[in-house]
Amino acid sequence: MAELQLREAIRAAMVEEMDRDEDIFLMGEEVAEYNGAYKVSEGMRDRYGDRRVIDTPISENGFAGLGLGAAMNGLRPIIEFMTWNFAFVAMDQLVNNAAKIRYMSGGQFSFPIVFRGPNGAAGQLAATHNTSVEALYSCFPGLKVISISNPDDAKGLLKSAIRDDDPVIFLESEFMYGMRGEVSDAEDYTIPIGKARIAKEGDAVTVIGHNKSYWRAMEAAEMLEADGYAAEVIDPRTIRPFDWDTVIASIRKTNRCVIVDESNPFASVASEVAFQIQARAFDDLDAPISRVTAKDTPAPYAKNLIEYYLPSAEDVYRACREVMYLD
Amino acid sequence: MALMTKSAVLHNGQSDVSYDTIETKLPFRKYPGDRFTHSDLGLNVADIGDIYRNMLLQRRFEERSAQMYGRQKIGGFLHLYIGQEAISTGSVYALKPGLDSVITAYRDHGIALALGMSSNECMAELFGRKDGCSKGKGGSMHFFSREKGMFGGHGIVGAHIPVAAGIAFAHRYKNDGGVCVCYLGDGAVWQGSFHETLNLASLYQLPVIYVIENNQYAMGTAVDRAAAETDLFKQATSYKMPGSLVDGMDVFSVCQAMRDHVALARKGQPSLVEIRTYRYRGHSMSDPGKYRTKEELEAKKNEDPILRLKSYIIEHQLITNEALDVLDVEVKAEVAASVTFADESPLPPLEAIYEDVYTQKDFPFLKI
Amino acid sequence: MPIAIDMPKMTDTMEEGVLVEWAVEEGDNIAAGDVIAQVETDKATMDVEAYDDGVLLKKVAQAGDSLPIGGLIAILGNEGEDISGLLAEHGTNGTVAAAPPEEPVSVEPKPIPVETAPSGDALPAAGLPTNGRTKASPLARKMASDHGLPLVNLIGSGPGGRIIKRDVQAQIGRAPAPAAAPAPTYVPSDRSVDSVRISQMRKVIARRLAESKYTSPHFYLTADVDVAALITQRTMLNDYLAKSGGPKVSFNDFVTKACASALVQHPDVNVTYAPDDGVILRYNYVDIGVAVAIEDGLVTPVIRDAQQKTVATIAQEIQALAVRARDKKLTPEEMEGSTFTTSNLGMFGIESFTAIINPPNACILAIGGIRDTPVVENGAVVAGKRMKLTLSCDHRVVDGAVGAQFMATVKELLESPLSLLLQT
Repeated sequence: MAELQLREAIRAAMVEEMDRDEDIFLMGEEVAEYNGAYKVSEGMRDRYGDRRVIDTPISENGFAGLGLGAAMNGLRPIIEFMTWNFAFVAMDQLVNNAAKIRYMSGGQFSFPIVFRGPNGAAGQLAATHNTSVEALYSCFPGLKVISISNPDDAKGLLKSAIRDDDPVIFLESEFMYGMRGEVSDAEDYTIPIGKARIAKEGDAVTVIGHNKSYWRAMEAAEMLEADGYAAEVIDPRTIRPFDWDTVIASIRKTNRCVIVDESNPFASVASEVAFQIQARAFDDLDAPISRVTAKDTPAPYAKNLIEYYLPSAEDVYRACREVMYLD
Repeated sequence: MALMTKSAVLHNGQSDVSYDTIETKLPFRKYPGDRFTHSDLGLNVADIGDIYRNMLLQRRFEERSAQMYGRQKIGGFLHLYIGQEAISTGSVYALKPGLDSVITAYRDHGIALALGMSSNECMAELFGRKDGCSKGKGGSMHFFSREKGMFGGHGIVGAHIPVAAGIAFAHRYKNDGGVCVCYLGDGAVWQGSFHETLNLASLYQLPVIYVIENNQYAMGTAVDRAAAETDLFKQATSYKMPGSLVDGMDVFSVCQAMRDHVALARKGQPSLVEIRTYRYRGHSMSDPGKYRTKEELEAKKNEDPILRLKSYIIEHQLITNEALDVLDVEVKAEVAASVTFADESPLPPLEAIYEDVYTQKDFPFLKI
Repeated sequence: MPIAIDMPKMTDTMEEGVLVEWAVEEGDNIAAGDVIAQVETDKATMDVEAYDDGVLLKKVAQAGDSLPIGGLIAILGNEGEDISGLLAEHGTNGTVAAAPPEEPVSVEPKPIPVETAPSGDALPAAGLPTNGRTKASPLARKMASDHGLPLVNLIGSGPGGRIIKRDVQAQIGRAPAPAAAPAPTYVPSDRSVDSVRISQMRKVIARRLAESKYTSPHFYLTADVDVAALITQRTMLNDYLAKSGGPKVSFNDFVTKACASALVQHPDVNVTYAPDDGVILRYNYVDIGVAVAIEDGLVTPVIRDAQQKTVATIAQEIQALAVRARDKKLTPEEMEGSTFTTSNLGMFGIESFTAIINPPNACILAIGGIRDTPVVENGAVVAGKRMKLTLSCDHRVVDGAVGAQFMATVKELLESPLSLLLQT
């Protein structure tokens, strides 16, 4: 096991795949000469040259669409968005083209492409730079959505995403790029898309969290441990398709669930997960499903407000105790 | 192979020009009507017959589909190409079938038929049937054929423009010699995607030709009501690429222009072509056409590209009138047969709704 | 401007109140402080007073209506004033659509509410009225159904009385597993079931006792007390009191007095277990709750400082409280704050029983009836008079020996009753 930063794990996945398959290229703002806005692609231009690691002007709509055309015509692009906040100007490409052309062509054209970049809150950047997009893109059949929480999953899932013949939205985090973690050095390490990870077993309450929210879930689980309760923590890892089987099996054991999601609450991932749980495990529920999300407001700038805006471990802990009828 | 070619000497990223040496002459090419003959283009009588038939097929197919729309055999939108057939046919005759790629917007029946997609699969698609070119999932605006290099009709104005750059990017990346022709309407020029993409195409020197089919109206808005600069081809200067203006009612002018631009693309030079044409029908079936006068429409009909070619053929005694009539009967029969074929083609089965969303066969769709 | 008179919160545990009776009529002139109606809460029937002067423009609630706290009861104002705006603010049933939930974050108070619903989307506070529907979690419902347990027989310990998994588990643990045999076939007969609204008092009894039973591990100590001497003593005392015009003293009064004295000697029984505060409260006074059966329930008026009162005083107070209890005239203050409770079913011929501890007490004493029984005295079987007392103890705070020592003292006091009379 090697200990890697998240950015290094992502890079390792791209490098291994690009070494393996000549049809893969990386394109985005500052990915080549600058070595990546967050140094994810550091050294890759030196390794592959300008043909395969390509800087773009600030034209998200243009280069996202360019990637799709290249995928339609036989290549396997990796398109980096400096952040997913900047991809809103490219939403037409993602929503109308990436997700739907295959269907409208009766399956004649497919899109083996990965759109990746950091998602969600990134600190005191105010409202436009703190958006979580996973629920949004998960709304569109035709896309797959992955949101990772640690270096090992990042590497294994990004390799799978690059190999997948369908368009994948791959969500990272500015806050986590520097995070270190053990990464399997198994030859050709991949993790299947659509499989959740049970990060911690327990029987008292099921806590579901992806990306940064996974860490809030784990912190809350530790607090519960101190109270003498074992929470089961699940990192779904893939949002679309979601691994309902793992979650439902856990609910059958714990009879209660808290979903942590740093998106705004309305029609969030938490909303759909809660709906599916009540539909699939109604008779197993001993308490209403609870969720901890960002506030139902745009993200604020002030330090105290942004901290208040985001789900905290304490919030998750309290929600757990509530569904466990402890308070 | 470096993707970026920068001709000027650069200092700190700025071009090394002085205020005295700014180029003011714009290097545009003109392709007016009646300038090029079939012999200039190296076309023989068989080719001419083929071109005539191809244009006529588009015309008759669309006339029949308008009738079928009235009979409610066709749903949704139906945007007719009638009047613009010289562009589809003329440019296809400049391409290498099986190698080059074509992508267009939603007025796509003409280019599909020009590329050799069958009347049957196209009519069945309009009817929303299983045997349609897109299995009944695309309809009028979304004709696709991987086999014919037809990368689609696209329903969102401007959305396909960056995709065309990507298709060209892949041709170049794979070094297969292919080029991509991207058709767009005069209305699409004012989408940001057009400008982002022309810059990218030029920056990366992609083998792509952007063809503006200027039929004078973006839906109901005349060009001069939408464009500050009504010479749309001049947009090319901003992106440092060649631009041309073409008479779209003359199939030979179109063909010559497209041959020249395709040649540029094969050398890695993207370009912009404005082809002026006229759409005789409304924007869609529901368009009453109040934004133009009857006189204007009648005047333009005298320029009908099919009648114009027919006159040329008779004038140059290439094919007899009788033979052209026989061709017309043949084309009408083909279109009538396509209606029968479409009518008899089964509706897509309900389980097909989950097919073709993903390549993954067992994708777990939410069913509750 | 017309003034709304809302259902007030009258007790700490009140969630809704039933308007029992109107004391005024529409059109009456009302002065601040006038009683306008009586309301039955979970604990008692209480007066609702007007806080403003004016004419009673409309009785919004009718006798028998149940309203949540804040629900509109009546409208006061000047003759002929338009009250439609005020009525519109409240739901058609006279209640505000939902009481604003308590939010951890302070919310700017709105000057004049114009919406019919509060703007926040917070979940309604648990425990709002449920219209008589049994609230149970889906899992609890399924478990109860699988075990053939009717939900109505279960008592919910979740928010708002929701029956949850642990409630069903507790019941399953107690009840034998359901027989696998097929359900018996009933011969159809002329049968019917009455549906009676659960009163506020019944809801509170249900909730508090269920909470007690499930959270306090009970154990029981029974003592058989020789009451021959007590009978003699009581007769003598009552004769004396009759002459002085005082009320009679019951055996129950003696037991109450004995408990008060014993509790002074055994302060570890006179306690409250308060885990949330991390403490055990030990009282230096003895307030004894006396369970009194009333028409549709049970109340426990409290004798304050029983350790300082004579048997006769205790008797007097209990009688007065019992009368007030039966008339539903007790105030909440008269029923709160006991440190120990007694319950007597002897008058019904009950020999002995175990009672459920009355929170926040640590113990309750169940008093059985006096019976004739053969006893062995000096090697010979003779007729004896005995009374069984059973103490229920919360084992979280009262251990076996502590409870037993207390019971020994109670027994000793009752068997030498003169000592009880000699005490203040």
